[in-house]
Amino acid sequence: MRLSYNPAMKFRSLLLAALLLAPLAGRAQLAIEITGAGASRIPVAIADFNGEAGVSRALTSVVRADLERSGLFRLVDPTGLPTGETAAPYADAKARGADALVGGTVAATADGRYETRFRLHDTQKQAQLGGQAYGHASAQIRATAHRISDYVYEKLTGERGIFSTRVAYVVKSAGRYQLQIADADGDNGQVALSSREPIISPTWSPDGTRLAYVSFEAKKPVIYVHDLGSGRRHVVANFKGSNSAPAWSPDGKRLAVVLTKDGGSQLYTVGADGSGVTRLASSAGIDTEPQFSPDGQWIYFTSDRGGSPQIYRIGAGGGEAHRITFDGGYNVTPRLSPDGRNLAYISRNGGRFQLTIMDLATRQTQVLTDSSKDESPSFAPNGRMILYATEIGGRGVLAAVSADGRVKQKLSVPAADIREPSWSPYVK
Amino acid sequence: MRPTTFKLSLAVSAIVLLAACGGQPPAPEQSPAGVVDGSRTGVGGPATGPTTVAPVTATAIDPTSLAALKDPKSVVFNRSVFFDYDQYVIKDEFKPLIDAHAKLLVKNPGVKMLIQGNADERGSREYNLALGQKRAEAVKKALMLLGGQEAQIESVSLGEEKPRCTDQSESCWAQNRRGDMLYSGEF
Repeated sequence: MRLSYNPAMKFRSLLLAALLLAPLAGRAQLAIEITGAGASRIPVAIADFNGEAGVSRALTSVVRADLERSGLFRLVDPTGLPTGETAAPYADAKARGADALVGGTVAATADGRYETRFRLHDTQKQAQLGGQAYGHASAQIRATAHRISDYVYEKLTGERGIFSTRVAYVVKSAGRYQLQIADADGDNGQVALSSREPIISPTWSPDGTRLAYVSFEAKKPVIYVHDLGSGRRHVVANFKGSNSAPAWSPDGKRLAVVLTKDGGSQLYTVGADGSGVTRLASSAGIDTEPQFSPDGQWIYFTSDRGGSPQIYRIGAGGGEAHRITFDGGYNVTPRLSPDGRNLAYISRNGGRFQLTIMDLATRQTQVLTDSSKDESPSFAPNGRMILYATEIGGRGVLAAVSADGRVKQKLSVPAADIREPSWSPYVK
Repeated sequence: MRPTTFKLSLAVSAIVLLAACGGQPPAPEQSPAGVVDGSRTGVGGPATGPTTVAPVTATAIDPTSLAALKDPKSVVFNRSVFFDYDQYVIKDEFKPLIDAHAKLLVKNPGVKMLIQGNADERGSREYNLALGQKRAEAVKKALMLLGGQEAQIESVSLGEEKPRCTDQSESCWAQNRRGDMLYSGEF
């Protein structure tokens, strides 16, 4: 059973939603600011969880912030709604304008852990939509909240939630570069690599356990694969010249890379362990920024073989290259949506570099931003949002925009430049 | 070595070290200048010597010697080749510079060179890395046409990651669109 989407849903409590969210802003290292929302949002009430006061207020506040940030929900004031997993105050919630209601309970268990249970209700149909129970440690309160958000999001929108995913990005401050990993809400930021030399192009392995990236610590670009759990890493490509632009194959066994060992920036594939280097394409000019299509059949890439940088694709085993972009003199950094239907890339429009999306079936394009220094787009694993780097007031920030251009967020770190975002796949 | 001379050379070393930290090409560590004792070349020599006088210019370090790299008066003291926006063609004005470095490579086959290509900040980081690589390779190719050896020269790119100038202006971007020729010990 799924709550149907109703465009005639009432719009209230906008201010209230903003007030509910405000106390969360200071906590995250990576602060996320919502700068645009969907046209129609599902009104939902998240009642305080029974027992929450004695454990952590983070639980429901994280769920509320997750849903609000997605731009697809409008939070309805839950003050005074009865708490608990079994409470179902349909009339009260409906009178407040909520189409959906979440109620839950958190309780300590004998082994010093916690059990969190919740149920999701449809107030229109006065029916339960389902619920879950999680046993967890106190350190996993936020992770549990993200799982609840994922459940609610999927039940109400029909698509999988991304609240339990993570983002990787590079922070530059005072001559130091840090590759950091944070939860999708910007919290829990951790440093995976710290260096005095630049780090670029981080990208998640399909199983979400490793990052491939380019580090300049050897005074030239070298490709590494870094296991996040153990902190161990190994060189994948350190040939004469430059080694860059790693992209994982969908099975995680190989990487498409750019090497210059044979002259020029050219496309190769290499095993994730650095073995079996194979040349993929050949051009007199620049070929770079390879990216596998989700089905593994194609590699999209940037090339200036036609006189200006444009996006092309080639079979994953090589063959003839076909040009994809034709409008304008600078179209770079191709990134396929997870369903393979859309292509996000950066196009130059009158001196402005802007995130653009193309429907590959119709070849229709849409510029998604009004900024001018967009770089490095990365799709959320459900394809709903695109994370990218841009610049505001001379400082590097991350921003996210929905694939339809409506929902907008800004992510920034105080007093630092932040760039090179990469959204993780779903966590197993 | 007398104590005063020792102190002086220490001071010179300190200046060299300080200068080397500034991101500029290494400062000149003066090797003995090419002043030639006139008594041996004829000027004021014994009456039995040559009657013609060979003029000697008492300055130049051999421009193909490694010492020339550290001599601000030498052509090869300059290491940078600058490029136009989105271009990787070497402009004519840099050909004498490349010619001088090629001669030095030929004269010193044991010396190694690293060419670092750079790009301005506009556009994609990875595309700019490739653009910087093209610039470095253009310099490498030109050097090899003039006798530099493949084994001597590696061309790499720093893309837009190591800007010399960080203002957002054309004059600044122009400084960042370049290839730098560095020799063993300088990278």
